[in-house]
Amino acid sequence: MSVLSRRKQGELGGFSDRTSDIILIIISVIILLIVAYPLYYILVASFSDPYDVYAGKTFLLPSQATLDGYKAVFAEQNIVRGYGNSILYTVVGTIYSVALIYLVAYPLSVPDLPFKKIISIFFIITMYFGGGLIPTYLIVQKTGIMQTIWAMFLPGGVAVSNAIIARNYFENSIPGALKEAAGIDGASHFRIFFSMIIPLSTPILSVMVVFSMVAYWNDWFTALIYMTNEQAPLPLVLRNILIKSSASASQASMISGGYAELNKMTEMIKFASIIVAAAPMLIIYPFVQKYFEKGLMAGAVKG
Amino acid sequence: MVKHKFILLSKHQMEGIGWTTKRKLFTIFLKIRLTFFQTCGILYLKVHETFHEDKSSQGKGGMLVTSTVAPRRRVRRKSLARRIADNWQPYVLLLIPVVITIVYKYGPMYGIQIAFRNYNPGLGITQSPWVGWKWFERFFRAPTFERMLWNTVLLSLYGLLWSFPVPIIMSLALNQLRFKKLKRTVQTVIYAPHFISTMVICGMLRIFLSPSGGLINLIAGTKIDFLTEAGAFRTIYIASSIWQEAGWGTIIYLATLSSIDASLYEAAKVDGASVFQRILHIDIPCLLPMIILQLIMSVSGLMSVGFEKAYLLQTDLNRATSDIIAIYVYEQGIVSAKYELGTAVGLFNTAINIVLLLMVNRIAKKYGEVNFV
Repeated sequence: MSVLSRRKQGELGGFSDRTSDIILIIISVIILLIVAYPLYYILVASFSDPYDVYAGKTFLLPSQATLDGYKAVFAEQNIVRGYGNSILYTVVGTIYSVALIYLVAYPLSVPDLPFKKIISIFFIITMYFGGGLIPTYLIVQKTGIMQTIWAMFLPGGVAVSNAIIARNYFENSIPGALKEAAGIDGASHFRIFFSMIIPLSTPILSVMVVFSMVAYWNDWFTALIYMTNEQAPLPLVLRNILIKSSASASQASMISGGYAELNKMTEMIKFASIIVAAAPMLIIYPFVQKYFEKGLMAGAVKG
Repeated sequence: MVKHKFILLSKHQMEGIGWTTKRKLFTIFLKIRLTFFQTCGILYLKVHETFHEDKSSQGKGGMLVTSTVAPRRRVRRKSLARRIADNWQPYVLLLIPVVITIVYKYGPMYGIQIAFRNYNPGLGITQSPWVGWKWFERFFRAPTFERMLWNTVLLSLYGLLWSFPVPIIMSLALNQLRFKKLKRTVQTVIYAPHFISTMVICGMLRIFLSPSGGLINLIAGTKIDFLTEAGAFRTIYIASSIWQEAGWGTIIYLATLSSIDASLYEAAKVDGASVFQRILHIDIPCLLPMIILQLIMSVSGLMSVGFEKAYLLQTDLNRATSDIIAIYVYEQGIVSAKYELGTAVGLFNTAINIVLLLMVNRIAKKYGEVNFV
């Protein structure tokens, strides 16, 4: 490459490094703002007077800052109960899901397990083909887990794609020699599973835990079809507030100031409940962010 | 592990016959070939494992050892019964997942036959009278059938067209960003919407799109009730999906880009390539296999367009575009308890998806021996 060609490319390239740096920074900041602003706007709105929000006075900072929205949210029985239900489903569901992923992933990573291929296919089929909503619904009915906590996660079966990611991780990132050495020393599969695989796979474990938590925390459709109103998790409770915009009876009885006051309260609850529902997962995920790549790519990159 | 196998193998052979030197040479030759194949095979395996192919159990060098050496001198393997007995513990671990999968995944598959029957809970599935294609015909004759089919196809097709390129462009830009702190911040923030429930997203959308003081109307200075406009539904649906998922979609591309050899960039810089040229001539070619894979995967899921958001954003006035097949399944099957009809429609949807999957699989095979069914 001579000076000539370098000059030529410089001309073709258009921008110098400095200019393109600036352009890239501008692009990044724009992306940042587009993603973050709607969330920020709701956050600001949750501390503001709803009439000011709808009058466009809260683009950047709260107007008539107040905590009334949050007070109203936590005074609302349905929401508090929904919160409790959500926590219960998330904790139990996550333990269940991750345990199942590990129970499938480890045996499939044992090198000379007979019928491994058949077992893999048995699980993989369920990734591409399923009975559909109604037959699953009927099975749930038939097995008698309707309106029990089991209905929240048993119909989901095993998260096969996650199990495969975990299996690949066991195979590729935990040295085979280590497992063999343990085997030669007389460790049973159970022993290897509990004392070696589980402690050595914390990165993948944390990703699986967070993915499952998010899935259960945000799920509402399962509860909509299988659970009663009293068992509804938070997102389903919010459906009445956010989507149907209806004030509940307990709210109506609480407020004496008539329809306008009730309306105002409903709007305040909307903003605050969005924050309350979204916050837990938004607080948790940055902690495991560095493992996301691993979780999504474990199968793809390891050579 | 591969090397371990190897040593065992050659020892065994050396003891057996006297041609030790020959064997040794052969072993070294094989080892060299092995590393060569391993290097060459990385990309190939990458492709395979992206699709969760069940190759890694025998993949990597292990496969090569057994295939090249075993025919010459078979190592005595344990009998099948013995291997099963040795591995009873893994089978015990598998017991619970297998039972759950049989009941809740294969059970519903068995239950699909009620799409062809007049289901009577008292008689059970197999005893209920067979009615053939009755429920499918009823679905095809439904006044809204064509509308639902088109809405489903168009919503996912437009969705794919608009949302697919966004994460790619974003990761190309972010990858070239030299300010690591800014890059990290942007990454953290753009992942956030992925962790928010569809319910909450739809609640936010309703607030932003509200005709009286919603953010969009405030900025535009209008008073349009977007959710009652059939023409706006797809835009709302797709734009919000991009907002929610594009950031998350960058992970896989950014990871691929981060594995690019830094010396390539160095060389390009020395040659005077601008950032734009580096993106064009280094990043995009390196990203292309991943882009194709992602595209194939998205196409195969075309008919499984998200029910949740369509259902939550549907109003009586935007049904002309928001009515999709999945909503029909829910309304007929669960709400009206017409189990057979719901099952039939669900099966119709699944059938189209499987056809798409097989077609895409075929194209993928042509592209690079990718096979994921």
